[in-house]
Amino acid sequence: MPWGEMGIDRLEPVLVEAGRIERRAATTLGARQARLAWILLLPTLAVLVGVALYPLVTTFYNSLTDARLGSSRSVQFVGLENYRWLLTDPVFLEAVGNTLYFTVVSVSAELVLGLLIALVIHSQFPGRGLVRAAVLVPWAIPTVVSAQMWRWMYNDVFGVVNDLLMRVGLLDAPLAWTAVPGLAMHAIIAVDVWKTTPFMALLLLAGLQVIPRDLYEAARVDGASQMRQFFSITLPLLRPAMLVALIFRTLDALRVFDVIFVMTAGASGTESMATYNRRVLIEFQQLGYGSAVSVVIFFVIFVFVLLYVRLLRGNEA
Amino acid sequence: MTLLSVIACLVCLVPATAVAQPAIEWPDLTGVTLTVAAGAVGQELQLTKEAAAAFSELTGARVEVLETPDLATDRLGLYLQYLGARSPDIDVYQVDVIWPGILAEHAVDLFQYVPEEEIAQHFPATIANNTIDGRLVALPWFTDAGLLYYRADLLEKYGFSGPPATWEDLTEMARVIQEGERAAGNPSFWGFVWQGNRYEGLTCDALEWQVSFGGGTIIEPDGTISVNNPRTVEALKMARSWVGTISPPGVTTYAEEEARAIFQSGNAAFMRNWPYAYALAQAEDSPVRGKVGVAPLPSGGAGSAAALGGWSLMVSRYSRNQEAAAWLVRYLASYEEQKRRAIEGSFNPTIEALYDDADVLAASPFMGQLYDVFINAVPRPSAVAGERYNEVSTAYFTAVHQVLTGQVTAEQALTRLEAELRRIMR
Repeated sequence: MPWGEMGIDRLEPVLVEAGRIERRAATTLGARQARLAWILLLPTLAVLVGVALYPLVTTFYNSLTDARLGSSRSVQFVGLENYRWLLTDPVFLEAVGNTLYFTVVSVSAELVLGLLIALVIHSQFPGRGLVRAAVLVPWAIPTVVSAQMWRWMYNDVFGVVNDLLMRVGLLDAPLAWTAVPGLAMHAIIAVDVWKTTPFMALLLLAGLQVIPRDLYEAARVDGASQMRQFFSITLPLLRPAMLVALIFRTLDALRVFDVIFVMTAGASGTESMATYNRRVLIEFQQLGYGSAVSVVIFFVIFVFVLLYVRLLRGNEA
Repeated sequence: MTLLSVIACLVCLVPATAVAQPAIEWPDLTGVTLTVAAGAVGQELQLTKEAAAAFSELTGARVEVLETPDLATDRLGLYLQYLGARSPDIDVYQVDVIWPGILAEHAVDLFQYVPEEEIAQHFPATIANNTIDGRLVALPWFTDAGLLYYRADLLEKYGFSGPPATWEDLTEMARVIQEGERAAGNPSFWGFVWQGNRYEGLTCDALEWQVSFGGGTIIEPDGTISVNNPRTVEALKMARSWVGTISPPGVTTYAEEEARAIFQSGNAAFMRNWPYAYALAQAEDSPVRGKVGVAPLPSGGAGSAAALGGWSLMVSRYSRNQEAAAWLVRYLASYEEQKRRAIEGSFNPTIEALYDDADVLAASPFMGQLYDVFINAVPRPSAVAGERYNEVSTAYFTAVHQVLTGQVTAEQALTRLEAELRRIMR
C-alpha cells in the first residue's frame, strides 16, 4: 500500500487549519511590512509630487490659459485653443520634424560608433586604461563649452574644419557649415555624436563585461567564427544594456537644446522642440502657449518611454 | 537795419538749446534709496556708477546700481521676473528701444514728472518710439543708428571718389575692390560684411534695406501689415544676391562682432554696423586705424535709412519712490550727463543740441557728421506691435533669413510672412 494513500483524509483537517494560521500570520506581517514600506517611501513620494507632479499639473493648467510671462493682466481660461493653434503652427511642426530627424540620426550613429569603441576598449591591449580614459574626454566637457568650440571650428573664414579639408583637397572653397540649410543640421548632429558616443560606449562596455567568458570558450570549441560569436552571443546578451543606453540617449536627444542654442539658435532649419519652447516662453512671453508646447513635448517623449519599457519587458520575459 | 537787430539775428542763428541749459532745482531726497538696473557692456557700468554717485551728492539719495546680463534677450527675461512679481526692489530700468511696447504696463508715465521743454530736447523719433498709448514709458538715454563703414584707402586705390550713394554703387564698388584685393594676394578678402544671422540684428539690417527701397516698415504705425510689397521683394533679392558674391557665405551666421572681426582685420571693404565699432576700428591696436570712413547707408531709390537703436530709462510702476526715481531718470538723461557719457564713453546723445557741442565734437568727431543719420533713424515697429513685438520681429527675421539662405524666394517668404503676421496680430 503506498504510504501517501494512508490516512490522507485524517490529515486533511490539520493541514487546512495549519494553512489558515499561516495565512493569517502572513497577512498581518504583510500588512505591517506594507505599511512600513509606505512610510519609508513617503518622503520620496512627497519630493516626486513636489518636483514632478506639481509642475506637470501646473504646466498643463497653464496650457489651457492665455497667461503671459511677467504680465499683471488677468488670465483667461481658453480651453484647448492653444493646442488648436499649435497644430497649425508651421514653425512648431517643423521643429517636431527636426527633432525626430536629429534623434533618429544621432542616436543610430552613436549606437554604431559606441558599439565599435566598446568592443575595442573591451579587448586586451597595452595602454587600455589610458585609451578608456581618453575616450571619455568629449563627454566630460560641458556641452555649452564644446558647442562654442565647434562653432569656432566650423567658422567659414577662420574655422579649422575648412582649413583642414581644403589642405587635404576635399574642399575647393570654404563652406559655411552652420549657415547652409541642410548642412547646419548635420554639422550639429556631428557635434552631438562626437560628444555622446563615449557615453554610449561606456554603457555598452559595462554590458560587455557581464557576458560570461566561458560562452566564448564553448563557442570556440564548437568552431564558431568571430563573426558568428558576435551575432550569436555578444549581440543578444548585450540587448538589455543596449536598450538602457538607447532609452537614455533617445530621451536626451528629444530634449536637445544646448548644442543647437549655442551653434545656430535654431536658424537654418535646426529649430528643435526645446529651442522653440524657450523662444515662445521667454522671448514671446507666452506662458499659456509655451506651456502647451511643453505638454506636447512631454507626450512625445512619453510615447518613446512606453515603447522602450515595452521592449525591456519583452526582453525580461 | 540797426546794429542791434543784426546782433539779435546772429544770436537767433545759434541753436537756442546750445546756449544755456535751464538750471534744474534738485530736490532733497535724503533717506531715499533707489536701485537702477543698468547695462554693463564696456564702460557702461563704470559711467552709470559715477553718475549715481553724482546724483547722491546733489540730492542726498542713496543710489544702487544693479548689474544686468549683456545679452538683451537675457536682460528682458530678468526684468520680466522682477516686474511680473511686482517687485519694488528695482526703481529704474535701462530698457532697449524695442521694449517700450512690451514693458508699457509696468511703467510710470513720465509725462507726469518730466517738464515738456526737457522732453522736447530729445530726438522726436526717440520720444515717439517711447510713447505708448499717449504715455511716455521711458526717457531716452543714448541712441544708435545703422551706419556704413568703408575703407577710405581702398576706395582711393581703386579710383572711387567717395562712399557709395546707392546700393547699386556699393555692390559694384565692393565687387571691384574684392576682385582687385584677391588678385593682389588676399584670397579671404570680401566686399561687404553685415549682420545676417537669424536674430534681432537682422531685423535692423533688413528694415534698412526695405525702407531705403520705399518698402515701408513691416507694420505701419496705423497697424497695416505692409511688408508684402514689390519694393521689399526687390530689397531682399538684392541682399540675397550678395551672399556668396560680395559677402561671405557665412554672413548668414554673423552678428555685429563677427562682421567687425572681418572688417577690423582688414578683410572687408564695407561694413554695416552701429557707432560703437568706430572707436574700436580707430583704436591704437586696430590694423585699419586711420583708414576707416563712416557714411550714411546707401539708398535703394527712396533715400538712405538707418535703423533706430539705443536705450532709455524707465521708472517702475511698483517702485515705492516713483517721484524720486523720476528725478534720477531726469538726472541721468540730462544734457550734462549725456555730454559726459558722449565724451568719456562715446555714447551717442539723444539730445539734439549735443551734436553742436564743441567738446562732444572734439572727442567724437563722427557724431557731428552723423547728425542727419540719427535724426532720420527709422524705428522698428515695436510701438504698434506692443507686447507682440518679439513675435513680429522673429517672424520677420526668420523670413528674411530663409531668403538669404536660399530656402525660399523673396515672393514666397513675404507672402508667408504676411499670413504669419496676421496670425500674430490677430
